[in-house]
Amino acid sequence: MLAVQQLEAGYGESVILRQVTLQVRPGQVVCLLGRNGVGKTTLMKSIMGVLKAHKGTVSYKGTDLTKRAPGERAKKGIGYVPQGREIFPQLTVFENILLGLEASKEKKRAIPESAIAKFPVLPTMYGRRGGDLSGGQQQQLAFARALASEPDLLLLDEPCEGIQPSIVDDIRDVIRSIKADGKTSILLAEQSLEFVKSVGDYFYILEKGSIAWEGGLSDLNEEVIRHFLTV
Amino acid sequence: MLQLFNGISVSSILLLIALGLAITFGLMKVINMAHGELIMIGAYTAYVVQNLFAAYLPDAAFGWYFALAIPASFAVAFAFGLVLEMGLIRFLYGRPLDSLLATWGVGLVLQQIARSLFGAPNVGVTSPEWLNGGITAFGGAVFPYKRLFIIGLVLVCLFVMYLYIYRSHSGRRMRAVMQNREMAACLGISTRSVDAVTFAIGSGIAGIAGCALTLIGPIGPSIGTYYIVDAFMVVVLGGVGKLVGTVFGALGIGLSNTLFEYWTTASLGKVLVFLCIVAFLQWKPMGLVAMRSRSLDN
Repeated sequence: MLAVQQLEAGYGESVILRQVTLQVRPGQVVCLLGRNGVGKTTLMKSIMGVLKAHKGTVSYKGTDLTKRAPGERAKKGIGYVPQGREIFPQLTVFENILLGLEASKEKKRAIPESAIAKFPVLPTMYGRRGGDLSGGQQQQLAFARALASEPDLLLLDEPCEGIQPSIVDDIRDVIRSIKADGKTSILLAEQSLEFVKSVGDYFYILEKGSIAWEGGLSDLNEEVIRHFLTV
Repeated sequence: MLQLFNGISVSSILLLIALGLAITFGLMKVINMAHGELIMIGAYTAYVVQNLFAAYLPDAAFGWYFALAIPASFAVAFAFGLVLEMGLIRFLYGRPLDSLLATWGVGLVLQQIARSLFGAPNVGVTSPEWLNGGITAFGGAVFPYKRLFIIGLVLVCLFVMYLYIYRSHSGRRMRAVMQNREMAACLGISTRSVDAVTFAIGSGIAGIAGCALTLIGPIGPSIGTYYIVDAFMVVVLGGVGKLVGTVFGALGIGLSNTLFEYWTTASLGKVLVFLCIVAFLQWKPMGLVAMRSRSLDN
């Protein structure tokens, strides 16, 4: 579904990612692990198109997206929940979710029930400005915004960063229910090993901008963790 | 009473010339020194429409040229703004000094073009008959129709802008792009076309302002330079990025200007107004209506 081939990307002249190859299959939850600064966010940004690839390709459902703008990728069905959530601070919660519809395939005017059903707290705050919400509420809003276009692939960049445990549990439930629906695949970049183990199907570990290890849940044993992930 | 009316009248003119800038400078953060020349383009469009009416239509129709001049001024300035954005401004986002110099240059070029086309001396635009005269209120004070018309025009412009920015789909896209360009792009919004249209709308409103200025006095190639400083002053005083702030900024400057001029002399009044603005911005650097939000605190 999503296939990244030999990707090289970075900021300006500096190269962060080298020779990254990964795949996400339909309905899968693929997790991207790695210590701080190994290039997880850079990889997410290059898949979304915010950063241009220096070399290599990003293709999605058989179409080469390497040269396409982020907006076109969104319209192809990729939803993005960025690190830091990137809510529009001066827009209301309702407007924030409505903007998620911009990428939907048919010109829809109403927010699909499926996007907000998982976040019952959001409709009670429709009139408030996005910037006034707490971090956890903003994270839920970012999820709802990304789900509004009913994407086939969801990119989640550290969705649990700086969020209270009860909302982390909520987000875990949301990811599980998306997985249970089977319509949307997920690429999840995350630090918390315990979290990814509870939702992931397949794992990639990044080190110094390259894929250092990949495997399924059962292969993710103590030795792998000690070698690649312990600080 | 009359002073209050004069103050509101001055405010309405200030507001009209600042509204376009509230979009291009306030929302888009582009320091567009050619804003005054877009006002001039609007004014000359009104002049051309007037001449066309006088030349080709019967005298009876002449009075209505102004009704056509307003949309025409908007359209011409809109087109200029679109070309300016796509040909120049687009490459200068996030580079305030470069865009300041470049747009100033564009302003000079436009002034020279106007001088070549229409001549250096000021030209007059004959106000339509139905705008001459005024209402005589109690105490013998006269409220000229022209001034009332400009106040009405500003209210209409404000209302339409409010509807567009805060109530329409394109307005929502526009605010999203101005607040977080990268994320807006990731959601599938074409930031390029939003930028171009937003800038063009700001320019179009400058055109309407120019059209309204023809009611007040003669117009010339450098008419814009008289108003550009005031326009920036209104937007900065009001608080960059907020339409309400621009309204209060215009009212504050307009009313205080009239009162100070009434109490002292014209030039001393202006000095006092500027002193007040400087003092006020020392006290509240964000302007009258500052944007506050958890996510803007950093």
